[in-house]
Amino acid sequence: MKITITVNGEKREVETTPSTRLLDLLRDDLHLTGTKEGCGKGECGACTVIMNGELVASCLVLSPQADGAEITTIEGLGTEEELDPIQEAYIEAGAVQCGFCIPGMVLASKKLLEENPQPDEGEIRRGLSGNICRCTGYQKIIDAVKLAAKKLAGTGKLAGAGKSRGKGGGR
Amino acid sequence: MSFNKVNKSVKRIDAYEKVTGRAKYGADLKFAGMLYGKVLRTKYPHARILKIDIKKALEYPGVEAVLTARDVPNNQFGVIIRNQQVLAGKETFYIGDGVAVVAARTEEAAERALELIEVKYQELPGIYDPEEAMKEDADRVHKELPGNQVIHHPLRKGDIEEGFARADVILEREYTTQFVEHSYLEPEVVIAVPHEQNSLVTIYGSVQNPYATQNAVASVLQVELSRVRVIQNHLGGSFGGKDEVISSMAARAALLALKTNRPVKMVNSRDESILESYKRHPYRMKYKVGATREGKLVAMEIKAVADSGAYACQTPFVTWRSVVQATGPYEVPHVKTDTYGYYTNNIYTGAMRGYGSPQVIFAQESLMDELATELGMDPLELRLQNIYHNNSITASGQRLDNHKVSLKEVILKAVEASNYREKYAEYNKSQSGDKKRGIGMAISFRGCSLGAEAVDAAAAIIHIQKDGSLDLYSGLAENGQGLKTIFAQIAAEELGIDLDRINFMEVDTSIIPDSGSTVASRSTLIGGNAVRNAARKVKAIIAEFIEEEYGDEFGFKAKDLIFKDNRIYVAEGKDVGDIKEIISFKEMAGKAYNAGVLLSAYGWYKAPEISWDEETGQGNPYFTYVYGCQIAEVEVDTGTGEIEVLKMTAAHDVGRAINPANVKGQIYGGVMMGLGYAIMEELETEEGYIRNTNFDGYLIPTVRDMPEIIPVIVENPDPVGPYGAKSIGEPTLELGSAAIANAVFQATGRRIRSLPLNLERVLIGHSLSKGGNR
Ligand code: FES
Ligand code: FES
Repeated sequence: MKITITVNGEKREVETTPSTRLLDLLRDDLHLTGTKEGCGKGECGACTVIMNGELVASCLVLSPQADGAEITTIEGLGTEEELDPIQEAYIEAGAVQCGFCIPGMVLASKKLLEENPQPDEGEIRRGLSGNICRCTGYQKIIDAVKLAAKKLAGTGKLAGAGKSRGKGGGR
Repeated sequence: MSFNKVNKSVKRIDAYEKVTGRAKYGADLKFAGMLYGKVLRTKYPHARILKIDIKKALEYPGVEAVLTARDVPNNQFGVIIRNQQVLAGKETFYIGDGVAVVAARTEEAAERALELIEVKYQELPGIYDPEEAMKEDADRVHKELPGNQVIHHPLRKGDIEEGFARADVILEREYTTQFVEHSYLEPEVVIAVPHEQNSLVTIYGSVQNPYATQNAVASVLQVELSRVRVIQNHLGGSFGGKDEVISSMAARAALLALKTNRPVKMVNSRDESILESYKRHPYRMKYKVGATREGKLVAMEIKAVADSGAYACQTPFVTWRSVVQATGPYEVPHVKTDTYGYYTNNIYTGAMRGYGSPQVIFAQESLMDELATELGMDPLELRLQNIYHNNSITASGQRLDNHKVSLKEVILKAVEASNYREKYAEYNKSQSGDKKRGIGMAISFRGCSLGAEAVDAAAAIIHIQKDGSLDLYSGLAENGQGLKTIFAQIAAEELGIDLDRINFMEVDTSIIPDSGSTVASRSTLIGGNAVRNAARKVKAIIAEFIEEEYGDEFGFKAKDLIFKDNRIYVAEGKDVGDIKEIISFKEMAGKAYNAGVLLSAYGWYKAPEISWDEETGQGNPYFTYVYGCQIAEVEVDTGTGEIEVLKMTAAHDVGRAINPANVKGQIYGGVMMGLGYAIMEELETEEGYIRNTNFDGYLIPTVRDMPEIIPVIVENPDPVGPYGAKSIGEPTLELGSAAIANAVFQATGRRIRSLPLNLERVLIGHSLSKGGNR
């Protein structure tokens, strides 16, 4: 079967099967390997992407469900020249260790900040509670989200700015 | 001492590729003509394999190879004792044992082929409790061995009888700990590529210890080491966990790759990962302690038994670290300890962050609080009366005289940062309502690096390109902990260049000498010294070259040169700090190249001498130690039994923090992992089967479980470490469980001697379901 999806601003037609998970479609067919698989069961958040404005675990989405959808993956954030402020914040706050959870965390942060540009600590925790990190103890990830909120407010940019402009950048 | 690049919280050099999703982890790699490998695992923990029929599987479309134990040239591997099988031939010893492997053109075909392999098993009774395994008449897990004992480490100091005779108070207590899963977020992956460049086989993947994997694969294939090349990729966490399990996976993938002459990729699902990979050892520990009425320790007797599961794996060394740390950082004149590892048919156990220390610290630091209660003393005062200072003699007879024993300083800093005294007094008063609070502490000393386990040396290569940019190789591997950044900081410090000029290469066993494993919190200390050694060698070459070129003109000697800000200077004038630029680093590199000067160097560092007598457990097992203290504040809902950890204060002497931000990152992460160990995590096993094989059943801390964490970095530079740096990775995890258990005791009056401290245990004092925190 064929489905049409818009990934990181670029419309794509993909030949797939009804049982293919969106995660595999992104990783194997579109070579967007920034999206990770940690559990395959919707428990860890490593496979998080934004689909039609919602956070989804792409390991739980089958490709027909993604037909016609708009999807943002980690590769769609920022550009070659300029990182997304959230990505910058993660680097500056030292929130990255092994990095395997980070694409999912960054996307969850993005969604959180789009809905709530000035989240308090409790709101940040709720926003990230679907994403497991085994390395960082979460402290610096929370710091990164706070820093990102500041950056976004400072630049006057909304968290959504720069979204989907990467022309599938990073591939 | 002032530094330009070290002792600074510089940004991680690998963060950019990780936040953009560009970093390639094992599962992200693809090779032309690549096949997918899958493993058929046993149905029973312990069974005889009567027959394996692979015919139907082989005929399935897309299947290129099906291999069984018969196809393995040498089926036994292991770092310490070689008794782990690559594939089970005659007998399976635990539920994760592989029986056959398949390579197919698609993952689906490989999975389908697994179902078509027909295996006839004869289920056998197994041993699932080390206490059973210890019995004289117990069946033997490995028939060819004389018994089930993997190892026995005795330690004898003083005269234990005499010691207890002097005690006014004697306490005997028993403590147990559980199986724990590493839960690195990236499941294991290996890709074996046959005949790439000039190697027989090249291994890529989530390899924690490239040399261990290289050794295992070469030995399984029965080929020379140089025929097997292991190249590490970005690793999605390891915590000690991607060692033997990766070696076996790499050996299987290599066999398939050579059989099919195509690259073979094997990726574990989370369920496969939990089912097959080794765990943290469960321990059963009997402690007996004697003290005077004034609270002076006089004797300690310990028997600790570790469940090694089906294979020896790292048990001999894990239990060895327990021996050294079992009595804690306390002066005890009379000590007798016996630490054992036993084979069972449980999942095998191996290295995990802490490596035999978290178990004994849970016991011994709980015991100190129990003793304090018995003596009617404040637990803090009891500790302060007995801790190690400079010139203390440890249980293994080592005099601590070659570094600053900073335990008292560390404890007092943690006490201050957590406001311990005030809170301890406050929570001792009666508390109204269901929710009760408590505060508790735990302290430790920890031997740095490998100690008497194995050769302790590491290599580094610095290679300066003719434009002054630099490639840095290390024999130790980035696991996510930040090693690349730390090593780059050290090279940058020595050579006076910026970090962005340094390109850190992944470990490649064909390029850099065997540096042992990235374990034991040894990287900064041993590997850091190797990088420094390489950098200093190149620097000496450069300095000599500059002297030859410009020395006469400007009137200086090589030793007068100053390397900083990407330039090379010479001191000028009388005032300190007056310098004159001779040449930029970049220009120098070009000139040196044109003059035919070699601007590369190998660095090597071998740890100082240590000693150990295996018969008596006496000697100098480690050349230096780190000291830590963690204080936990909890709130327990005595209605529901729920434990909430409110705050953890973690004070650690790291010698010198090469990168304070990274040190804090290690503390946050280690504290959270320790919290999971204390109150949530348990791999539930039943007769060798595993009940929770994914994160829906095996719960690890999420952001919602995070307490307030206060890291306190204490710096007492070590004479041996690079710039005085020692270790931080593991100490951060080993203290939490006892601190939390002690806090729970203060809150509830219940002493829980079993991990994890679960709801039932808090409420009624013992666990209702066998092996369940759920
Ligand atoms: S891989 Fe999808 S939630 Fe874990
Ligand atoms: S950084 Fe390793 S899992 Fe989050």
